[in-house]
Amino acid sequence: MTLALALEQLLNGIQLGVMLFLMAAGLTLIFGVMGLINLAHGSLYMVGAFACAAVAAWTGSFWLGLIASLACAAAAGAIVELAVIRRLYDRDHLDQVLATFALILIFSEGTRWLFGDFPLYLDIPALLQGVVTLPGDASYPVYRLAIIAVGALIALGLYLLIGKTRLGMRIRAGESDREMIGALGVDIRTLYTLVFALGSALAGLAGALVGALQSVQVGMGEPVLILAFVVIVIGGIGSIKGALYGALLVGVTDTLGRFLLPQLLALFVDPSQAGMIGGAMASMLIYVVMAVILAVKPRGLFPPAHA
Amino acid sequence: MLTRENTVNLVLALLLLVAPLAANAFGQPFYVTLATRIAILALAALGLNLALGLGGLVSFGHAAFFGIGGYAAGILSSHALSYEPMMFGLPGTVQMPVIWIVAVIAAGLVALAIGAISLRTSGVYFIMITLAFAQMVYYFAISWPAYGGEDGLSILVRNQFPGTNTMKPLSFFLVCYGVLLAGIALFALIRASRFGAALQAARQNETRVATVGIHPYRIRLTGFVISAMITSLAGALYADLNRFVSPSMLSWHMSGELIVLIILGGTGRLFGPLAGAALYVAFEFALGGLTERWQFFLGLILLGVVLFARGGLLGLLAGKAKHG
Repeated sequence: MTLALALEQLLNGIQLGVMLFLMAAGLTLIFGVMGLINLAHGSLYMVGAFACAAVAAWTGSFWLGLIASLACAAAAGAIVELAVIRRLYDRDHLDQVLATFALILIFSEGTRWLFGDFPLYLDIPALLQGVVTLPGDASYPVYRLAIIAVGALIALGLYLLIGKTRLGMRIRAGESDREMIGALGVDIRTLYTLVFALGSALAGLAGALVGALQSVQVGMGEPVLILAFVVIVIGGIGSIKGALYGALLVGVTDTLGRFLLPQLLALFVDPSQAGMIGGAMASMLIYVVMAVILAVKPRGLFPPAHA
Repeated sequence: MLTRENTVNLVLALLLLVAPLAANAFGQPFYVTLATRIAILALAALGLNLALGLGGLVSFGHAAFFGIGGYAAGILSSHALSYEPMMFGLPGTVQMPVIWIVAVIAAGLVALAIGAISLRTSGVYFIMITLAFAQMVYYFAISWPAYGGEDGLSILVRNQFPGTNTMKPLSFFLVCYGVLLAGIALFALIRASRFGAALQAARQNETRVATVGIHPYRIRLTGFVISAMITSLAGALYADLNRFVSPSMLSWHMSGELIVLIILGGTGRLFGPLAGAALYVAFEFALGGLTERWQFFLGLILLGVVLFARGGLLGLLAGKAKHG
């Protein structure tokens, strides 16, 4: 194991973490403000990826596709909020789970209807192709570094939005006391739609960015959704800060686990066995981490002070 | 007591028995298999209903127990057919009763571990954590190549039940139907027992339960484990029905479907899972015959039920449930 390889894996882990943060931030914001558990968040990720792939194929420009992914996911989120989600705020979590589960079925089959069963492919834009050289003679794709940069920018943007703007002040107020800010004259229904659209746009952006690394297909959002759940449970549901730390922890643990565990086991058992057992153990690693964290802190690492 | 709900329940139970008997008499084994599917899914949802309906524990991870039951059937029979001993030199088996015991014990142990951690939390945390643990089992099954990994494991010959030929669709249906009735009876017994009362009370008002000296955590954990055991039994039967077990039995879609069955039928009601399973399989069959995209319409129907018809099918047929 060389330093270069370890560095590369660490960067991969951070890149995965950043993607998870984009998903988890929306989920945790929506839960924090509206008290809603949204399983269909993975569908919005998928919508973003499909929108980007379709527009990029049509216009030949990845950048237009990226804008389309943000717009389509935000629009889909707003429509869903107005038509369905808004009726669920006062319901118990079971109803929310079921209704958003139904939305997944509708989104997945609807997308298959529109785009067929075959995956779409999205090329990395020319500007971000190629590799950079890292210390230790490693080379690393520029595109993945760009994803990390985008994630860092969004984290900063969210921090400023929520901490420094009037909209952010209302979001924070909505988290602490919904009735009160309604009584103070804030149009809470519009605020909810805005927050939902914002979360959806982040999910759509994540889908579009990852779409260029993997194939764009129906069901691509679900594994990410479940990882994002693990992230917000670890971080504390409702906490953006928790989402950031949780996402990086999960991303790095998962990637390094898959890389290191087989090598570690190879010291004790023969290599083919080590690869098999190590692989199986690595796929369970983040859940073990989650279980340990919850055993110590049942409300996550950064539980919101209220609620 | 022949209340309206009891009458509906009786009719449902009889219909599920008579329909496949008639189908068999008319030489339509396909419908017998359909009825078997209903009985097995109803049993799986019945197990979940114990946690969800009585205990108010919204487990989004019961596919784990369903799949563990399935893998118990698959693994034991594959060892029996290849004459290879398993761990500790134990032989495999093709006898359903033995498989069921193994499935129930295995699922019970896993549920004890998952429940012990998950029940420290509640609400949304509980939903997400049970989901995450089920995914852990799912990924383990996918990445563990010894029993088929991602491809799953075929059961070459359906496992046996003493005194019948389970390869005949009707005989296998009767076995499943018998297990379902036993499960329903057990559910009714538990619901009426002191333990059942405590479990429901813990859902309704945790503080009061604690005040009268009952530990809600222990009651819930026991309920969760029993619930998982029943669902795993259904999993073993399901694997035998398809003669195939794969990680898809463990997937989170399965967990979602089990909850859907309960809601379609009516939460917390004795025959809710059966009504829901019958409705679900009927949807699947009717819509699946009309369009390849039947899940799209299933989604719309489900959305409609959640938003506008909260009592489920039994709520429609038998009026509101007596207990909140």
